[in-house]
Amino acid sequence: MIISRQKDKEDLLRHLEGKHKVFLVGCGACATVCKSGGEEEVSQMQEWLVSTGREVTGSVVIDEACHIMRAGRDLRHNRSAVGEADALMVMTCGAGIQSISSHTEKRVIGALDSLFLGNVRRLGQYEEKCSLCGDCILNETAGICPVTNCAKGLLNGPCGGMEEGKCESDRDLDCAWMLIYERLSRQGRKGVFARVVPAKDWGHRHQPGRHKIR
Amino acid sequence: MSKLAEKLIAGEFVVTAEVAPPKGVDLDGVLATAACFPPEVVAVNVTDNQGANMRMAPLVVAALLHQGGVEPVLQMTCRDRNRMALQSDLLGAAAFGIKNLLLLSGDHPRFGDHPHARGVFDLDSVQLLQAADRLTAGQDLAGRPLAGSPAFFGGAAVSPQAEPFELMFQKFRKKVEAGARFFQTQAVFCEAPLTRFMEQAAPLRVPVLLGVLLLKNARMARFVHEHVPGVRVPEHLIDRLDGAADPLEEGVRIARETVRLARRHCQGVHLMTLGCEDRISEILC
Repeated sequence: MIISRQKDKEDLLRHLEGKHKVFLVGCGACATVCKSGGEEEVSQMQEWLVSTGREVTGSVVIDEACHIMRAGRDLRHNRSAVGEADALMVMTCGAGIQSISSHTEKRVIGALDSLFLGNVRRLGQYEEKCSLCGDCILNETAGICPVTNCAKGLLNGPCGGMEEGKCESDRDLDCAWMLIYERLSRQGRKGVFARVVPAKDWGHRHQPGRHKIR
Repeated sequence: MSKLAEKLIAGEFVVTAEVAPPKGVDLDGVLATAACFPPEVVAVNVTDNQGANMRMAPLVVAALLHQGGVEPVLQMTCRDRNRMALQSDLLGAAAFGIKNLLLLSGDHPRFGDHPHARGVFDLDSVQLLQAADRLTAGQDLAGRPLAGSPAFFGGAAVSPQAEPFELMFQKFRKKVEAGARFFQTQAVFCEAPLTRFMEQAAPLRVPVLLGVLLLKNARMARFVHEHVPGVRVPEHLIDRLDGAADPLEEGVRIARETVRLARRHCQGVHLMTLGCEDRISEILC
């Protein structure tokens, strides 16, 4: 899931300058789970905008705002409310914001910061788990990603900064390589320690990326 | 072949030391220090932005040492450069006649004087060893042929006391497999963990230079014990420094004992004297 967080209201006010009528967009997927852009947050945002003297012309929570066609369809269903607005305030991750901005020439104000791809431990407590590197070695690392969880993203074992299983960059963090080593040991296999992992192929991360998988 | 390589291959007990490039452009200090090492010091490490603190490029300092007749060990970390820059610097080093390398991951930027820098780590230390090995074989990491290849003698670091031992040792083994021809260790002060490490390492048949750190006083010893990963200073040594009339003198004595320990177990020593380079002869006697 994309973990996101609402921008400061002060920051939003700067972007809202001169915009009196706003159409609100939320997302039914990640932003709903993160409680940063679901039904509830869209409604709170509406109240706040009204409290600043603005008019909200309408709102929609799209099932998955990153779905470009679906986002377009939902905006068309709200054609007149969108048309009346000076700006659209979009409470989704960066992919959602761009999905919306590809369907309108109006000013789009992103209300969230997208933080990372991660998992939810409990509400408000998230863990970054994946760097979307496109060259996954999780099968050899007992399902723990060193690219993301090692402070240096090392591929062949811990650095010299590991101290009693803790990370050099933050002694409160477990060394990812320690976790990998322990789980592999429990599973009775060598995994990534059985080979020298060569230099990583970062070619999958070349920007800008456009991917056709089928 | 470098003198360091020759002596290690010949099975001689080898001594290396280290200098840090200046933070600035004044080279007088580092060149003077390097020039006054006693003849037992075969090669001198030049550190690479050590502790993630920005200093002059070690490649330049190593080249100047080499020109001045001091054999350098060029340290290179993966923190600041991607694989292209690292290989390109390695080729540059070869052009200056630099052969000895110490290839490291590098400290996290968080600890240094540029804590907001983006750490690169495009390669890790094992992969950088592979890169140096490939270059020596006449190819770059992408498999392209080189017009003339370097003749590097690539080394790596190891912390014999890091725990868990087996996890540390698996990385050590990978470094050997990736082409490490010698090791310099993190500072070690006790025999038992060293014996254990050297016994396990023996079948891999790669020379190990024991890291000997000059403890200047009890406060420094405690700091090292508590804050330097993989380094343990036993309480009885801290007590000795604490009770000594001249703590530095006692530190030299401890270093001398550690060198003797190395003579029994290792193929050499790597001296870290931190500004007290004038005491090296005493440490070695």
